[in-house]
Amino acid sequence: MDGGDTKLRERDVAVEDARSVAAQKKELPLYVSRIKVHPKDVKGLFRRLKWAVLAFCLTIYYVAPFLRWDRGPTAPDQAILIDMPGRKAYFFMIEIWPQEVYFLTGLLILAAIGLFLVTSLFGRLWCGYACPQTVWTDLFMWVERKIEGDRNARIKLDAAPYSVDKIAKRAAKHAAWLAIALATGGAWVLYFADAPTTLREFFAGEASFTQYLFVGIFTATTYTLAGWAREQVCTYMCPWPRFQSAMLDDESYVVTYEKWRGEPRGKLAKTQIDADPWAGRGDCVDCNSCVAVCPTGIDIRDGQQLECIGCGLCIDACDAVMDKVGRPRGLIRFDTLANQTCRAEGKPAHHKFIRPRTMIYAGVLVLVSAVMLVALMLRTTVELNVLRDRAPLFVTLSDGQIRNAYTIHILNKTHESRDFALAVSGLAGATLAVAGAEAAPATRIVLAAKPDAVASYRVFVTVPAATVAGRASSSVRFDLTPTAGTGAARYDSVFLAPGK
Amino acid sequence: MPTKIEKDEITGTDTTGHEWDGIKELNTPLPKWWVWTFYATIVWSIGYFIAYPSWPTLSGHTTGVLGWTQRGEIAEKLAEAKAQRAPFVNRIEQAPLDEIRRTPDLLNFAMAGGRSVFAENCAPCHGAGGAGAKGYPNLADDSWLWGGKLEDIHTTIVHGIRNANAESRTSVMPRFGADGLLNARQIDDVAEYVLSLSRRATNADGAKRGEAVFVENCVACHQEGGVGSTEIGAPNLAANIWVYGGDKATIVETIRNSRAGAMPGWTGRLDDATIKMLAVYVHALGGGR
Repeated sequence: MDGGDTKLRERDVAVEDARSVAAQKKELPLYVSRIKVHPKDVKGLFRRLKWAVLAFCLTIYYVAPFLRWDRGPTAPDQAILIDMPGRKAYFFMIEIWPQEVYFLTGLLILAAIGLFLVTSLFGRLWCGYACPQTVWTDLFMWVERKIEGDRNARIKLDAAPYSVDKIAKRAAKHAAWLAIALATGGAWVLYFADAPTTLREFFAGEASFTQYLFVGIFTATTYTLAGWAREQVCTYMCPWPRFQSAMLDDESYVVTYEKWRGEPRGKLAKTQIDADPWAGRGDCVDCNSCVAVCPTGIDIRDGQQLECIGCGLCIDACDAVMDKVGRPRGLIRFDTLANQTCRAEGKPAHHKFIRPRTMIYAGVLVLVSAVMLVALMLRTTVELNVLRDRAPLFVTLSDGQIRNAYTIHILNKTHESRDFALAVSGLAGATLAVAGAEAAPATRIVLAAKPDAVASYRVFVTVPAATVAGRASSSVRFDLTPTAGTGAARYDSVFLAPGK
Repeated sequence: MPTKIEKDEITGTDTTGHEWDGIKELNTPLPKWWVWTFYATIVWSIGYFIAYPSWPTLSGHTTGVLGWTQRGEIAEKLAEAKAQRAPFVNRIEQAPLDEIRRTPDLLNFAMAGGRSVFAENCAPCHGAGGAGAKGYPNLADDSWLWGGKLEDIHTTIVHGIRNANAESRTSVMPRFGADGLLNARQIDDVAEYVLSLSRRATNADGAKRGEAVFVENCVACHQEGGVGSTEIGAPNLAANIWVYGGDKATIVETIRNSRAGAMPGWTGRLDDATIKMLAVYVHALGGGR
């Protein structure tokens, strides 16, 4: 250390990096109000795509419950129906019983893996186009635009004092929102009961309390989430934006800003007629169109960010501006980050859809689909469950025979009444009898099962003492065969005896 | 410990000063509606305090304006369930036993009701599912002391066996050994004879001698061949079923000191419909005739 430095230190007062708690508190609010987003109307390819997907999704949602599918007189004829009281789910030709709920698990796995695959290939298509939050928010924004006008008109209306005009517009908007929300909540319950009947009952005031309750809940959530919460659902509530970046890599298609040709950005200034107006500057004219149209209110030029739902409306906005100023389209484009690096370096762009992650997702998708398909094709229309009585374990009869009792469940998944013959094998001299029935014990008994129902019988299996002498436990197999038609089932159980 | 609060370049938000391996925590303000939601839950809880029992007092608690209690709720639900059962209970009260057994919906109801009443009142002695125990007959087999018809079972449940009830089923087996009616040798012989009825005798001579003793002392109740009588509750000695055990030592003990199993009568403890359901259930356990 030399003398000069020391002098300097003595002379200057060291500035501490400290602020009073009060000052810090003032700077750091614990809570902030939402800054309202006023998305501007935009036209272009992505906007048209978004309308198309919206129309498609809403059509499915509202029309699907009314589709019919004939299943005979004993089953409902609604194509898509979740029958809670009947404990069954119908999807066109597929019919699911409660014990087959693994089909639903499979469906959810397919949906999740499908989402992963699409995201790793094309980014947040789900968020930007197909997610119900996006679809209904878009619909609500359209209503808002029709009633209150476009972005600037709405900002002006927000700032304006309350007047007849403002109140009328606001009332009209909220009434329209509530009507849509009611239709949304109303359609939801149609999936759980016969749709035309429920619709009539709903307006006649005859629907059940549960139905009105669920319509109320979904009306309220739709109105709140699509009308008021909007992008906050995506940023604060939804877990998907938080971990979807794990599915993305440099080769995934996302909404990108071509920083290399956009910067340095600046307003388009008047230049001399012969001078190149683009010399020494980027293509971005800093018009903020991309920000104005964004439904989540972000600036895509800041780079990839959690709030971006990948809808591509900023691409439409920017392309329109680029056309106007005569620069090439695609300053904001649907592209991969790897391609952006290539383009910046003047190298040709490339597409790389086959990558380890996409292959793994696709592989799992194919595998799960195959398992589901096989399971569906092998689905039997008859099932047999045998529950052995545990008290008493066995009964010694007065003539020395040993008897075990079993509860037999026959699952008849067909739409007609059927008779099934039940027999046991593995026990010499075994006879069967239905508890309570008058018929004498026989080696084969016939049990009836109603359509689409589980038939339960308590059945006694009796064997001579010699058959099970010295064996406390013997294997027994129950074979169930229909007296007519196809389908058979078997069940392996045990037969207990004193073992003496 | 918070160390240094700094401004994050990308977001423009301050950090909390917490840092883990270079990862810093942003102090992002929460949306304001979150705090309003929080306040709303507080308001909601005030409503709860007013409507429901909440605050303890010196001698109890505030009851709330709705007057709701858990006990009240369960009483309401029980009353509701009872009202739902009432039509069936009425029909069972009216119907003869055999009709209950032959009407599917009544049988279903009686089986469910009988099962739960059996588990509560009968299973302690007769075992779950009527499996029985030493001294307590198995109700699922085909051997009955007092008869296995629906009416017989019903009567047994209503009045019981060997109790203070005037109509209870009663029969007394003499204490052949303890009261000196038979000597040890005779008892041994008659036990051999009883074993021979189920083809298990090991002493043919003894059994032969025992037959004479049996005819003299036992036939009156246990009948010829030891087949017993459900009229007087005399067990069938020729079957493979033994309430107290079928080995020779137990049979000798039974002859010497007698047996007198008792069962309470259930009339007055259970209502008529319940006893009917119980009878139907026991009949269906596997031995009903």
